[in-house]
Order: sequence, then C-alpha cells, then structure tokens
Amino acid sequence: MSIKQRTKSLQARSSELSSAFFQLKVLNGQEVVDEKFPSFSNRLQNLGYQTLKPSQIDIFQINIGKLCNQTCAHCHVDAGPDRKEENMSRENLELCLSILKNSNISTVDITGGAPEMNPNFRWFVEECTKLGKKVIDRCNLTIIVANPKYHDLPEFFAKHKVQVVSSLPYFSKTRTDKQRGDGVFEDSIKALKMLNAVGYGKEGTGLELNLVYNPSGAFLPGDQAGLQTEFKRQLKRKFDIDFNQLFCITNLPISRFLEYLLESNNYESYMEKLVEAFNPGTVDGLMCRNTISVGWDGYLYDCDFNQMLELKVTSKDSMHLRDFNENILNNRNIVLNQHCYGCTAGAGSSCGGEIS
Amino acid sequence: MNYYESEDLKKFGNITEFQEKMGNKFFEYYGEVFKEGALTAREKALIALAVAHTVQCPYCIDAYTSDCLSKGADEEQMMEAVHVSAAIRGGSSLVHSVQMMNQVKKVTM
Repeated sequence: MSIKQRTKSLQARSSELSSAFFQLKVLNGQEVVDEKFPSFSNRLQNLGYQTLKPSQIDIFQINIGKLCNQTCAHCHVDAGPDRKEENMSRENLELCLSILKNSNISTVDITGGAPEMNPNFRWFVEECTKLGKKVIDRCNLTIIVANPKYHDLPEFFAKHKVQVVSSLPYFSKTRTDKQRGDGVFEDSIKALKMLNAVGYGKEGTGLELNLVYNPSGAFLPGDQAGLQTEFKRQLKRKFDIDFNQLFCITNLPISRFLEYLLESNNYESYMEKLVEAFNPGTVDGLMCRNTISVGWDGYLYDCDFNQMLELKVTSKDSMHLRDFNENILNNRNIVLNQHCYGCTAGAGSSCGGEIS
Repeated sequence: MNYYESEDLKKFGNITEFQEKMGNKFFEYYGEVFKEGALTAREKALIALAVAHTVQCPYCIDAYTSDCLSKGADEEQMMEAVHVSAAIRGGSSLVHSVQMMNQVKKVTM
C-alpha cells in the first residue's frame, strides 16, 4: 500500500514556520517576557551551570538529508518527498569519514529524512563499519517497502550489524496513521516482519532493533519501561513482532510539531507541561553533551533540534566539517533555548530515549 | 464565575493551605496508590478514568485522559473503561429494581 501524505512540508507550503528565525520568535514570545516560562538558560544558571559544556563527543550524528517518503505531522526536520535539495554530498560524507578515521568517536548515528534515500547511504555505512564504528540508522520502516530497490535493506543492515532505530508511535493503525500518514502503520508492520525475518530483534543474533515512541499529540510520554512492556506484549500478540528496546522521545516544540501546537491551540499548555516537568537530574545526561550533530551541508550543531533551528555550534574555529577540531568542540558552550525544556521534562528525552 | 474552572486543577496541591497535615498525608497516599504495583500504572490510570466518569469530576476526567494517553492507552481502551463505568452505574440502578419487584409482589394480589 502506498502512503497517502496528510500534509506537505512547511517549506513547500511557504509557511512562516519554515523559517528558524520565526520559530525562535514564537519560542521566545510574550510568555518568556512575562516570565510565565522562565528562560531555560536562567533555569540552568540557577542550578549552578553558568554554561553547559560537553562531556566528550562519542556520537557523531549526521543528518544526511531532508528527503523522506513520509510527511509526519510532528516532524522536527520538516522532511518530506518535496525536500529534494537538501542531501549530503559525497564530498561531505568523505569529510565525515576522514574525521571518524582520526577520532575515538564510537558511534555514527545516521538520520534524516529517510537516510536510505541518499544515493551514498550504503557506501557510507560500509565505510563506517570498515573503520570499526558502531552504526545506527534511524529508519522510518516504510522506506523498506516503498520501492523494490529498498527491499533488501534488512539484509544490508544485518550484514553490517547496523543498529536499526525506528519510529512507531503506537501499536495501532489509527494513532500511527494520524501522525505519520495513511498506510504507514500497515507498511511499518510489513517492514518490521522483514527485519525480524533476518534476525533483527531476535535474541542471540546481536541484531538490534529499537523502536521510538513519540506521543501523537500534546502530551508527554509516560514511563518508558511500562510502555515498552505494553508495546512488546501488543506487537507480539497482534503481529508476532519482536524488538529490543523502546525509546520514549518527547516531541520538541519546533517545526511541524510547533505548527500542530499552535494550530490546535495547545502551545501554551504544552510549554507549561514541559516547564513544570523540568527535572534537574536530566541535565548531566543530555545528549548534546556527548553528541555532535552534522547538517547535510556540513555545518556542526549541538543536536538535531538546534540544527533545525539553525543554531550552529559556538566554536567559531570549528563550525564545519572541513574545520572539525575535537578539542575545540569539546570545550564549546552548548547553545540553549526554550525548546531545550523538551529534553529535560520528566524522565528526560534523548535520541536514546529516557535519560534518568 | 463558573463552578468549574480548568485552571483550578493546577491549584489542587494548595488544599494543604487550610489543613497541611491531612493534605500532605493524602498526597503521599495518592502518590503511592498510582505507583506501578500488582496493577500497572496504565491499568490504574484506566480505572481512575472510569471512576472519574462515575463521580463526574471534570478535573479528574481531564487529568486522567492525559495520564491514560501518556501511559500508552488508546481511544478504544479509554472508551471501554468509560463503558465499564456506565455499565456499573446502569446495573446498580437496575439491580435495585429487584427491591421494587419484591415490594410490588408483596403488596399486590
């Protein structure tokens, strides 16, 4: 079944929200001026963090492009089939490899869009594994069944022991399709079965299949362990599907999720929930402390969210792949803004799920 | 002024202002009740949602709708929980009709 998109990218619709500047203006609006939502930086300063510093870069997260076969309602990348221009070039991928070769960074985390749609994807994965790096692919699942040229992705992933991390907002069609497009649930189940068939998510294979739960609405994710138990039980019972871990990721108020919040009149109450749920215990474990995020054009960011808000790293002498300097980057000040409340709410949120 | 203001839900914790000791004991107990136990936190949220409908508390309905969603319950499960509430409410009226029937039979020829 082909996917029926529920929307187009903000950029294709010429929405004001496609501008990072406009999004930051919303995030720093009247509620911040009135101190209804305290500034995130001040909140950290009150805890004794004058600046937030990295621990050490261990994860090299590359946003390889914004092209995607889906246009999910909550996408923070504003990805979609209409984002054909922003794809990482071979030249930039070669720069990534040269950095990785000379570094102790253990993990290469490839995201998008649908990363597999970048024509250099398979070559790049092969080269990373040759360097002995652990590779994560953030796969939307449906790409595997979208076109015959992608049908062998499960075998390709297995061959290179790629860790597959895939979004599945719910174990039922209604909630999944509302967030990700009509037909996505059915195709995701097909793809999960294909991954299971080559050993992904099965005990003893070493082939890791982790699912991502993003709430499909203006609410925060519940306890990760409880949700994982429920997802495992339901996916096994309904579809005989196995997976390893469930990562709960909070939706950050940017891009298309910000659009949803504003249009549904949930923005203020959602921000209020994030601010009220601020958990100081999550700060030391924030993903921006051990991750560097690389944009399709080679610029460097503290995380994928800062990347989408065009908030580049502060280290002036190491802002692009061609000037990459691990020592300088390890001493940078991480750029903070109001969206950071999304990563510190409740049990915290990172690309690997809960923090505490 | 309305009798129910959604903003008032946020002030629930303020009940300790007039009776601190009892209020604190209540919230401690409340927290303990909703922890994962023999029942999962999700099951407890669904029970709370059903009871919220039985006692017709708009604050509790709002709070436990959000809580059920956060804990991974879906619309179908949540509506089934409300039907359980409705069935017990309806059933409790109807089961009392036995008393009515008994009385009718007693006083009629």
